[in-house]
Amino acid sequence: MKRYIARRLMQGAVLLCMVATIVFFLGRLTGNPVDLMLPEDATAEDRAALTQTLGLDGPILDQFAIFVGKAIHGDLGTSIRMKQPAVDAFFDRLPNTLVLIPWAILLGMLLGIPLGVVAALHRGGLLDRAAGTVAVLGVAMPSFWLGILLIFVFSVELGWLPSGRMGGPAHYVLPVITLGTFLVAGFMRITRSAMLEVMESEFVKLARIKGLSEAVVIWKHCLRNALIPVLTLWGVFVGNLITGAIVTETVFAWPGIGRLTYEAVIYRDFPLLQAVIILKSILILSINLAVDILYAYVDPRIRLA
Amino acid sequence: MTPDAKGETVLEVRDLHTHFFLRRGVVKAVDGVSFSLRRGEVLGLVGESGCGKSLTALSLMRLLPKGGAQTIKGEVLLGGENILECTPAEMREIRGRRISMVLQDPQTSLNPVFAIGDQLREALLRRKRAPLTRAPHAEVMKEAVAALRRVEIAAPEQRISQYPHQMSGGMKQRVVGAIAISGEPGVLIADEPTTALDVTIQLQYLKLLKRLQAETGMAILFITHDFGVVGRMCDRVAVMYAGRIVECGPVRRIFEAPQHPYTRALIASVPKMTGPVGRLTTIEGQPPSLMDLPVGCRFASRCSLVEQRCLDAYPGTVRVGDEHTADCWKATPA
Amino acid sequence: MGSKARVRRTARVPWIPIAIISVIVIMALFAPLLAPYSPIDQTLRDKLLPPAWMTGGSDKYFLGTDAFGRDILSRLIYGARVSLMVAVLALTVGGGVGLAVGIVAGYVGGAVDSVLMRLVDAAFTFPAILFALLLSVTMGQGLGTLVIAITLLLWASFARVIRGEVLSLRQRDFVALARVRGCSAPRIMLTHILPNVLNTFMVLVTLNIGVVIIAEATLSFLGAGIPPPTPTWGLMISEGRGRIADAWWVALIPGIAITLMVLSVNLFGDWLRDRLDPRLRQL
Repeated sequence: MKRYIARRLMQGAVLLCMVATIVFFLGRLTGNPVDLMLPEDATAEDRAALTQTLGLDGPILDQFAIFVGKAIHGDLGTSIRMKQPAVDAFFDRLPNTLVLIPWAILLGMLLGIPLGVVAALHRGGLLDRAAGTVAVLGVAMPSFWLGILLIFVFSVELGWLPSGRMGGPAHYVLPVITLGTFLVAGFMRITRSAMLEVMESEFVKLARIKGLSEAVVIWKHCLRNALIPVLTLWGVFVGNLITGAIVTETVFAWPGIGRLTYEAVIYRDFPLLQAVIILKSILILSINLAVDILYAYVDPRIRLA
Repeated sequence: MTPDAKGETVLEVRDLHTHFFLRRGVVKAVDGVSFSLRRGEVLGLVGESGCGKSLTALSLMRLLPKGGAQTIKGEVLLGGENILECTPAEMREIRGRRISMVLQDPQTSLNPVFAIGDQLREALLRRKRAPLTRAPHAEVMKEAVAALRRVEIAAPEQRISQYPHQMSGGMKQRVVGAIAISGEPGVLIADEPTTALDVTIQLQYLKLLKRLQAETGMAILFITHDFGVVGRMCDRVAVMYAGRIVECGPVRRIFEAPQHPYTRALIASVPKMTGPVGRLTTIEGQPPSLMDLPVGCRFASRCSLVEQRCLDAYPGTVRVGDEHTADCWKATPA
Repeated sequence: MGSKARVRRTARVPWIPIAIISVIVIMALFAPLLAPYSPIDQTLRDKLLPPAWMTGGSDKYFLGTDAFGRDILSRLIYGARVSLMVAVLALTVGGGVGLAVGIVAGYVGGAVDSVLMRLVDAAFTFPAILFALLLSVTMGQGLGTLVIAITLLLWASFARVIRGEVLSLRQRDFVALARVRGCSAPRIMLTHILPNVLNTFMVLVTLNIGVVIIAEATLSFLGAGIPPPTPTWGLMISEGRGRIADAWWVALIPGIAITLMVLSVNLFGDWLRDRLDPRLRQL
């Protein structure tokens, strides 16, 4: 188990280096990095100073070394617009996203997994088809548009819920639905197909031969096995959540890292965007590592291998 | 161990019909099967794959595969009660406690994500005698260790916390056996339990089943396609062909004087352990489609002794000897 | 026995999705002929008119106008053009890269395969949208940037499926025969492997049209797509977002177009997959 975690950590470190390298070279290969990293009204002294600190007059490999050296010490540049270290801007906003995401995951799992089980139990029936329609629709609607639609219906027309900004519990409802919808569809689809496969297996037959109740057979013996493929897709889901957060926070004016990313794009704030991408990559890798450990817990074949 | 001919009948199957209703038509996989099973005896159910043996077993457990299978006719009398009329809840009470089953493939019979002890515990908690429902966990686990010891698993204390993937196929099948008999059932169905095992392991497992039977007095319905195993395991044999039992009788009688041409062909296709090496025969042709069965004898198309009457009508079941019956026009009534 | 004889529903031809797709494709192809107005010219005195069937709506503008008095129907028709052009280009480039990587990884195997597959895993871990945003800042917005960005999104899933396909093809006799005849590896990949994965490739392309359309709309919405004033569906939603309280049609109508298009393409793709390559069902 320890070796497994160590190996995963190593892989994560390699991936992170790749991301940093890509980000670095994207900033250099297209035009002059000074233009990207300073506001348009920067003075000649500012430019000279930046060229000095980043070693921009030296060979590109030296520049890369400086970039990595600074990154290791937590310096990923200064945001053009906010005039503060990009890393600080990220960590100021991170908590606001972290209070949003768990609710979306909870919504996705609490709705998606049971719906998938029920759809599998009623394969081909009315419930299955209804669930299938919801899933197909959930995938076809762009989530930013879904968010706007929800605002129109529940804030503008009905006036039941606030249309944006952080606040009390009511402020969470629409963003969580917007962010969680694709998870509901995703969890449901995978749970359904995994359940259908597991329900045909011999060990389920043996569980019935033992005379166990249908509830134990389905929710213990089948579901625990069906959760394995659900967990393997977590990696993809985490990536989608991070992207989904950009869109959702933009629509609902939610001051998290997603909204920060959007602002970095529309204000062409390259140092901020660069920092956000590297830090988000670290976030994704950490969550993936946690999921891998959870995965090993669910599947003894991995835990004990 | 010769069976007591007067042993009480624990399971009686009468005219069982289980068909698959598909869009393309009806597959008559089990089409009028009757047999009985006595306390302490092993009845072999033999036939080629696809003849309906496994589906017969699943019909008895009332665990038919999804996709249109249905038992439409017949009776399954377990201790005199027709379990085909039981409600699903009553059926759950019966499974494991009065009738149980060992499946063919040990690799997939155990749930990969639960420890052996956990899977055994679920079965032990359903035991009738000396109920464990309120017993503390440690006590149940002690019982689980005892159950593993009973199926001759070495170091059961360690095995109990292991997972299926950490065990060999033979060991897993022993665990499946332990689970199947934890509820102390009167009838055990063993559906080709050794087909997936190595030859040496097969013998050990058959011996184990015999021993467990001697200890508990349960009746075993032993399903196999291997006549060699029948001679070793069974007291009586029922030969199944295209959804029906075509011959049934004591093992010795079947081997010495088989009455149905199909039985004769099956026995001839088994290599003999002793005696001169003769020619092994194979049976020409294919069994009829279960979707489009002939009116006459189902073996007629492959039978070397076929006559007109075989094609015109199905032969009735003929009593050819003491406890020995055959469905053949040419069988001589006793 | 019998347990394998499962009833399988024969999928019907999805006529409604095909009709919707056809309408949108025709809209895209003949946009200048079909659109009643220019998608760009502003008529400020007609701004924010509701659709024709609503009170205050004008018969001149069937789906109403936006904040600059531009006809939404015309912008929608021209927007279909952008969506489909991006889809075609991105699927050609991204799908093509994935196809090439998949064939090489699957056929050559060994270290090449494991390096390429590691890259595929990495691509699955990090959301391509992030890099697409970065590209739009460093390279500037435009069709080229968008195509590269969506290529980043697509290539890995193509490569993974095609590689799996090639792995099983490699074992087949005709490949062994070609090798015995002395064909070079590139030649075998091109003349023996490639034609045999084209079916799968077409199914993947169809199944990914929806992905591309959503990605393009999302990037446009985030200000990283084709720059204004060129009408794209994502940009139209973005522009109408602030007006949702008094002019819902500006933002909601293009979203309906996207949803209908993606829904149709996905249903059509499902059907095509079941017809051509049912093994891809798990995707």
